[in-house]
Amino acid sequence: MPFWPRHLPSQGCEKSVMHRTIQDWFSRVTRREALQIGLGLGVSCLLPSLELRAANKRGEERPKSLIVLWMAGGQSQLDSWDPHPESKYGGPVKAINTSVSGLQIANSYPHMAEQMQHLSVIRSMVSKEGDHERGTYYVQTGYRPDPTVIHPAMSAVVASRLHNPAVEIPQHIALATGEGFVVPRGGYLGNQLDAFRVFDPGNNLQNLNKQVDDQRQERRLEGLKVLSDSFRQGREFRVADTLHEHVVGQALTMMNSEQLKALKLDDEPKEVINRYGDSRFGRGCLVARRLVETGVRAIQVTLNGFDTHVNNHEGQAELAKTLDPAFAALVQDLVERDLWESTVVLCLTEFGRTPMIVLNEGRNHWPIGFSCVVGGGGFRSGVVVGETDPDAGAAEDNVALTKRTPPKDPVTVPDLYATILTQLGLDYQEEIITPIGRPLVLAEGTPISQLLPG
Amino acid sequence: MKRWTAIWVFLVIAGVFLLTWRVAHPPQAAAVPAIAEAELSQLQRAVEPVNAELADLWKRHDVTPADAANDLTVLRRLSLALHGTVPSLEEVRAFEADARPDRLDHWTSDMLEDRRFADYFAERLGRSYVGVEGGQFIIFRRDRFKAWLADELQDHTPYDEVVQQMISAEGVWTGDGEVNFLTSGFADGEFDPNKITARTVRAFLGQRMDCAQCHDHPFEHWKQSEFEGLAAYYGKVSLSMAGVTDNRKKEFRIKADALDEGRVVAPGVPFNPEWCGTDGTPREQLARWMTHPENKRFERAVANRVWGLMFGKPFLQHLPVDDLPDPGTNNDLKTLDLLGAEFRAHDCDLRWLIRTIAATDAFRLSSKHPLATNADLTTLSPDEIEDLKKQVDQTGEYWAVFPLVRLRPEQVIGSMIQSTNIHTVDQNSHLIIRILRFARENDFVREFGDPGVDELQDRVGTIPQALLRMNGNLSRELTDPGGLLAPGRIASVSPTPEAAVNTAFMACLSRNATAKEIAYFAEHERWEKDRGQEIQDLYWTLFNSPEFSWNH
Repeated sequence: MPFWPRHLPSQGCEKSVMHRTIQDWFSRVTRREALQIGLGLGVSCLLPSLELRAANKRGEERPKSLIVLWMAGGQSQLDSWDPHPESKYGGPVKAINTSVSGLQIANSYPHMAEQMQHLSVIRSMVSKEGDHERGTYYVQTGYRPDPTVIHPAMSAVVASRLHNPAVEIPQHIALATGEGFVVPRGGYLGNQLDAFRVFDPGNNLQNLNKQVDDQRQERRLEGLKVLSDSFRQGREFRVADTLHEHVVGQALTMMNSEQLKALKLDDEPKEVINRYGDSRFGRGCLVARRLVETGVRAIQVTLNGFDTHVNNHEGQAELAKTLDPAFAALVQDLVERDLWESTVVLCLTEFGRTPMIVLNEGRNHWPIGFSCVVGGGGFRSGVVVGETDPDAGAAEDNVALTKRTPPKDPVTVPDLYATILTQLGLDYQEEIITPIGRPLVLAEGTPISQLLPG
Repeated sequence: MKRWTAIWVFLVIAGVFLLTWRVAHPPQAAAVPAIAEAELSQLQRAVEPVNAELADLWKRHDVTPADAANDLTVLRRLSLALHGTVPSLEEVRAFEADARPDRLDHWTSDMLEDRRFADYFAERLGRSYVGVEGGQFIIFRRDRFKAWLADELQDHTPYDEVVQQMISAEGVWTGDGEVNFLTSGFADGEFDPNKITARTVRAFLGQRMDCAQCHDHPFEHWKQSEFEGLAAYYGKVSLSMAGVTDNRKKEFRIKADALDEGRVVAPGVPFNPEWCGTDGTPREQLARWMTHPENKRFERAVANRVWGLMFGKPFLQHLPVDDLPDPGTNNDLKTLDLLGAEFRAHDCDLRWLIRTIAATDAFRLSSKHPLATNADLTTLSPDEIEDLKKQVDQTGEYWAVFPLVRLRPEQVIGSMIQSTNIHTVDQNSHLIIRILRFARENDFVREFGDPGVDELQDRVGTIPQALLRMNGNLSRELTDPGGLLAPGRIASVSPTPEAAVNTAFMACLSRNATAKEIAYFAEHERWEKDRGQEIQDLYWTLFNSPEFSWNH
């Protein structure tokens, strides 16, 4: 039998004593170490007591996960969840009926139209940020950019608060992310909560295979322990704060984990992949479902390209071809696999697009009345929150963008997050002392009662 | 496939060419650096008041400084800060052979004249001027900006002049590198004065007025109108056939959005308008004001930035490097005032500032502190441990011990490449090595994740980074004992396993191996069996050790 089998049997795998020791040594976090880690980074979430608290709150319920479908660039509400074909600036979009009576969406989303009975639509999202970078930050964290502190993305908050000890791969994963370092960040909760990036889901898992055979790997890791001991001398607390060994331990655990299979699609039938759509985003949604099945709590899948300052309608409709089948298949699968009640799915964007059509058939940024879709996790479905006036844009031509009359029943991003945290069984008002000493609550808003059950 | 074939063909041709060239032009022996006695005593005089202030800071906060670090450790810090890599074996050996008591001062000065300094510091400083994003390629060329800045550094252009050139730049971004400071502010073909203003204030005043873009600053005194006044200096920036120019007819309007008519705002500075002078373009006036000899914020900003680049953390560790409190409001920042004044007195010479900081006691302290070492943690209660940890933190906060700072991605890769080459990899190196270094650096930095402009914030490593170091192609290639790189050579020429282990430690960690480490890594039986495997495993282990990835 190979010393360190590449494909471990799912249960009762025999690991050598040596292997266990080294591995344990790297992954071991004693109570004291945990305390140091927690104090060093202000990450109170790593303390076991809090984790238990979160678990108790959930009671008998199954632990929940969050999937965020992130529409990067600013998805047009008018070309998706809030069409106004009859209005002056409605554009060439047509509306179609959905499985929810009275709810219409754009005709570029035929698959989604059949799934809307599982979901709710918020048509009155408001933000104060009309720039991509700042808007993305605001909508992903619930806080406006502040030079003194980096706020964690909501998905990082969820990953930290619903930490699943049974998961050996990262608890916060960003799928189909683009170039650069635009992943949801751990912010003041710590770098280790930055999302693990997978550029091309289902393909090409990089750097997960060790370079040498098991025996040599053992020897290398033993040597690493010798060097770590040397470095710790005289720098006791501060070396612990670097978390170097802890991170190496996590990486080793991940490399040897059976759960890595969730990130691969070798065993998925071709038809399933095609149902989602064989694109980075489509495969991302499928991998997201597999990750939820594995117990990963926070996943983001990105679809980029919504910034349609030119030829808005065509651009938005083109992206709908990717989003529509993937989103619909994800909802359908989660429902069929009895995961819907334990998985919150959120389709969100940094802002919407202007009701006015500008030069070259484009639409500009519009943070005051855009849409998001939310469902699963026990949320009420078939609800439509808020209403936009398609002519508002034109009527208030000279008013500052963020000072315009908001849509009916406006929902702020913090409101949305307070709602989601509540539904996930978390206290959205929990205060965290940030590294700069300022206490911040997890979400500054108020839950939207229309969406909560009961 | 085609791409790789092309690359290989190119490498082979370049290799043949270079080998021929190299035979005709043998590398010159490394000259032992020397600087004039007068200059050394001048440096001494510059450092004394800073050291006195640091001693006072420690006394005020009741912390005991660590012992002095050994010179090789300080050399490693200097090399990482100024050249972006660990020192080469070649350099370490020359340094060890240098018996002068003030050899570190000599070497600092020498390292600053090396082209690697200009290139590397241009990258580090450039982040605060043009950010890290690629921007709009058509009108923004980050590489041109970096090349320009590196040339200015190499030419010893005074820093205030460098800044003036950026703020008042005119011309084409491909020809005049400094113009990219402005063109980085273009989005969708429109110039955004707010972006450049926020950046100007951060980079050159070391303060943040970003919030004041939209509302009065909640904590500081900045008013929205002050921000708008500064932004108005950039209000005439436009694109023409001649590149970036000031369009005299253009007015600066504050608009809520594209459809808003807006209101006209005139240029204005938040304090001391007389520093602007009256002649020249608005941007020339702003540049004059910004760099005016009495503008203390300017010199504090650069002192804090350079301190941050040398130590890996800004002087006021809990605040971002460009978020300093107003002058005179925080007594603990006297060190920065002294360094700033020294920088001014020396004609805004960045090198002098670096040399002064490098010669301070703070830069030369050990990263080990007796506080924790002497305590037996197993006998302490959790509360006592807590107290001890607080004391250790306090010691670090006031620079009484050298900080542990994670290396930046390009420092990690630079160090991996340097430590697998016996000779110094610099502008004199074999072109192939430099091409490989360029390609690898960029791939690695992308995968490793660039920390962006907030690079001086505290951060720990991540799982993907650990995976990349442990399993990535690069570490496999570099540690391969079969090639011409250092691991193979060390294994074949070292007389004993002990010597090989020691040399590898010196190449990677700039220190000798301890007796315990020798005992573990130099087992004769193993080396006799397969020395290639032993050296490869050793290099892998060194690359993945915390000591390699953290500046100390």
